[in-house]
Amino acid sequence: MSGKTLYDKLWDDHEVSRRDDGSSLLYIDRHIVHEVTSPQAFEGLRLASRKPWRVDSVVATPDHNVPTTTAERAFGVEGIADPISKIQVKTLDDNCDELGIVEFKINDQRQGIVHVVGPETGACLPGMTIVCGDSHTSTNGALGALAFGIGTSEVEHVLATQCIVAKKMKNMLVRVDGELGKGVTPKDVVLAIIGKIGTAGGTGYAIEFGGTVFRAMSMEGRLTVCNMAIEAGARAGMVAVDDITLDYVKGRAFAPKAEHWSLAEKNWRELRSDDDAVFDEVVVIDGSDIQPQVSWGTSPEMVLPVGGSIPDPALESDAVKASGYSRALEYMGLKPGQAIKDIAVDRVFIGSCTNSRIEDIRAAAAVVKGRKKAASVKEAIVVPGSGAVKLQAEAEGLHKVFIEADIEWREPGCSMCLAMNADRLGAGEHCASTSNRNFEGRQGYGGRTHLVSPAMAAAAAIAGHFVDVREF
Amino acid sequence: MKSFTTHTGLVAPMDRANVDTDLIIPKQFLKSIKRTGFGPNLFDELRYLDTGEPGRDNSTRPVNPDFPLNFERYQGASVLLARKNFGCGSSREHAPWALEEFGFRAVIAPSFADIFYNNCFKNGMLPIVLSEADVEQLFQEMYADEGYSLTVDLAEQTVVSPKGNRYAFEVDAFRKHCLLNGFDDISLTLLDSDKIHAYEDARKNTKPWLFGAVSQ
Ligand code: SF4
Repeated sequence: MSGKTLYDKLWDDHEVSRRDDGSSLLYIDRHIVHEVTSPQAFEGLRLASRKPWRVDSVVATPDHNVPTTTAERAFGVEGIADPISKIQVKTLDDNCDELGIVEFKINDQRQGIVHVVGPETGACLPGMTIVCGDSHTSTNGALGALAFGIGTSEVEHVLATQCIVAKKMKNMLVRVDGELGKGVTPKDVVLAIIGKIGTAGGTGYAIEFGGTVFRAMSMEGRLTVCNMAIEAGARAGMVAVDDITLDYVKGRAFAPKAEHWSLAEKNWRELRSDDDAVFDEVVVIDGSDIQPQVSWGTSPEMVLPVGGSIPDPALESDAVKASGYSRALEYMGLKPGQAIKDIAVDRVFIGSCTNSRIEDIRAAAAVVKGRKKAASVKEAIVVPGSGAVKLQAEAEGLHKVFIEADIEWREPGCSMCLAMNADRLGAGEHCASTSNRNFEGRQGYGGRTHLVSPAMAAAAAIAGHFVDVREF
Repeated sequence: MKSFTTHTGLVAPMDRANVDTDLIIPKQFLKSIKRTGFGPNLFDELRYLDTGEPGRDNSTRPVNPDFPLNFERYQGASVLLARKNFGCGSSREHAPWALEEFGFRAVIAPSFADIFYNNCFKNGMLPIVLSEADVEQLFQEMYADEGYSLTVDLAEQTVVSPKGNRYAFEVDAFRKHCLLNGFDDISLTLLDSDKIHAYEDARKNTKPWLFGAVSQ
């Protein structure tokens, strides 16, 4: 018999029972909750007179609706200008208070984007099953955990039963061999992977990211890559546990301590695929081939190296794909053959659960230092992923680097990643964004998103158009 | 939960690949804390020529005359015909809520994103995967025939066209069973409470750090 993959191990460890029809009851260790996808679940629970199965497994924080300007943030929930947003954040507070759920409230220093807060506080740990009513829950897989997004009905189901009903997915290994070139970041790696396998390439699979590039990658880089597994269609992405993982987890607020740590560490060391494990699908990429990436269309798979030019739909043989390209070009206001570097940028957004951790802020600051935002760029904002990231960045003086460059330094939240708060693009505006989705209207009605790494976004803010950060 | 057995209904097109859940229901409507009220804003950015906001009266908004769901011939449609990777992106269940409230009971596509596919079943709506060639065939027949309707039979796992052509589809046994009977998943899972407790007790011994670790 062949060995087990990391996913197999995580799955087997959490299977409570298997039903005749092939579905399983899977136990959930950690349930993260935010304000957007939870109110209907709490309401459902109440209507059925049910209580949460295990309150201590749940951690909540508001992120999507929270304002990011210091002025609006100063008055906490009451200060939220949009009355509907305010109700949603308040509803989360009320639900958590009523049920005794741990919540990092709006101006708690631990508040932030759910997928930043989970790993950072040690609420999310290796070997766990982690769910949240949010597709980017896959981020946590970087810890060597099985983490995936669920819908609101499933949020209610997990609250009530501590389990979800699931069918095992297939195993995919994405192996990136060799070494990354200078100036090439984890964001470029994951965009290149999506460019290769497509936004549906991972549908039905759990993806393990392996190979020398991932072994050498920092924990924060791995979080960035697993974050976007969903953009490749995979509900879950993961990376095997190694010293880098353990060093990252050790000492975090909710990480195991003392004898629990030794016990956990021993357990976590096993969290890697066996050498003879068999994957249903293996994709191999040479890390040294990966260039800094820029997305040009309205789907994350529409992505190119920064030196590239916009493709011509007329040369695309697949009819559905060709019409998708044409529609994307029209929406984006771009022409076939146009060089990526010739795209002028109106706004810059550095933030989101993909790229708002301290390493991302440092990378952006390193590019910006001593320079000024181009006058043609209307607005550039840096939104740290959590209160803790903000504090750390300020301790390092990074906020000053941005402010001196006419780039705004904001309060933590999802912000312009999906523009549920006041931070958004105007129609027709091009944005260099470190977020994860370039869908139509995602960052504001008619807005045009280009997904890039923090360093590339920072360089675009300075230059006023896309540039190769390696030559900058 | 609402059940689904058989359904016959007018078919409408969503003729593009990779339709994401942001497009199905834009984020500004996600601020609602209710489960209802999303139907009028389904495909908001395509359906109307201006930007929708929650609480606005949609009847006074300029309608996009080029968007098929606004065409006279598709009024009352309850089967949506779509292209591959339908429902990708955000996990928002507001997407199936909006589709269902608009009147759709089934969506047919060559493939769906996993989370969206899953969410449909929780809301009495059936996502049906047919081959790319079959979907193309249905698109052509639908465009050619005003009033084109399809019959979906979940028990039989078939889609039947007006000409009587039958298209078989796969659906996993548990989901089918729940949807046919309108079972509430939570009640079903709670039948296994003993097993969950036993699992949990064992886990407290072997992995004690997983319990009671977070605090305010
Ligand atoms: S930062 Fe963006 S992608 Fe991440 S959780 Fe917030 S809205 Fe979703």
